[in-house]
Amino acid sequence: MSDITSNVELNCEGLNCPLPILKTKKTIDGMQSGEVLKISTTDPGSVSDMASWAKRTGNELLEHVEQGNVHRFYIRKK
Amino acid sequence: MAETKKLAIIASQGTLDWAYPPFILASTAAAMDMEAVIFFTFYGLPLLKKEIDARVAPHSNPAMPMKMPFGSKEFQNFNWPIPNFVSGNMPGFESMATMMMKETFKQKGVATIEQLRSMCLEFGVRFIACQMTMEVFGFEKEEFIDGVEYGGAATFLEYAADANISLFI
Repeated sequence: MSDITSNVELNCEGLNCPLPILKTKKTIDGMQSGEVLKISTTDPGSVSDMASWAKRTGNELLEHVEQGNVHRFYIRKK
Repeated sequence: MAETKKLAIIASQGTLDWAYPPFILASTAAAMDMEAVIFFTFYGLPLLKKEIDARVAPHSNPAMPMKMPFGSKEFQNFNWPIPNFVSGNMPGFESMATMMMKETFKQKGVATIEQLRSMCLEFGVRFIACQMTMEVFGFEKEEFIDGVEYGGAATFLEYAADANISLFI
């Protein structure tokens, strides 16, 4: 569990590359600067991909939590 | 902010497996705030048709796993050894293999080609159709989706000259 509060949640469980990234982009485009997006995925590749996406786009990856086979990412919109 | 990165792709293949990489990479590049252009030429051109009829080509393709999209995990992971004699001569084999691969993609949560293509357009990826190939193969603009640009080698190269990533697929 994380103590970060999110403004928007996005469920990408069961989806494979590149859908979690594409959906993250679409969702974050509709958010305000400073808001936090929580994304959950089951694609093991999303761990590396989400970090790369955040690095490239300048959005901040605050935390990655792994729980069983589910990954949760907290991203603050730049 | 840093200068916008540019991706340039030539899509020259039209089988289902080869149709994926251009759309996956271009949509992801756009999602990463890059500019992306796909130039569709030769067998890649039918990927711009309103209805995509991309199939897999299992014949003489020893690297292609032949797997079942149903049954237990062990059964699904089993790789069926299909001899070339069968894949090349059995009527309907290609359609069956295509159907099974599409079903496997669906079960693994992979987007369809059509989904990725529309996300590319939504994210502002530019599609350029090779005018010369259209003439050679007899394609009409009416057969293609909206939002396609038309041009030739110089059109692609003018963009690719400033690209950070250039791929021939």
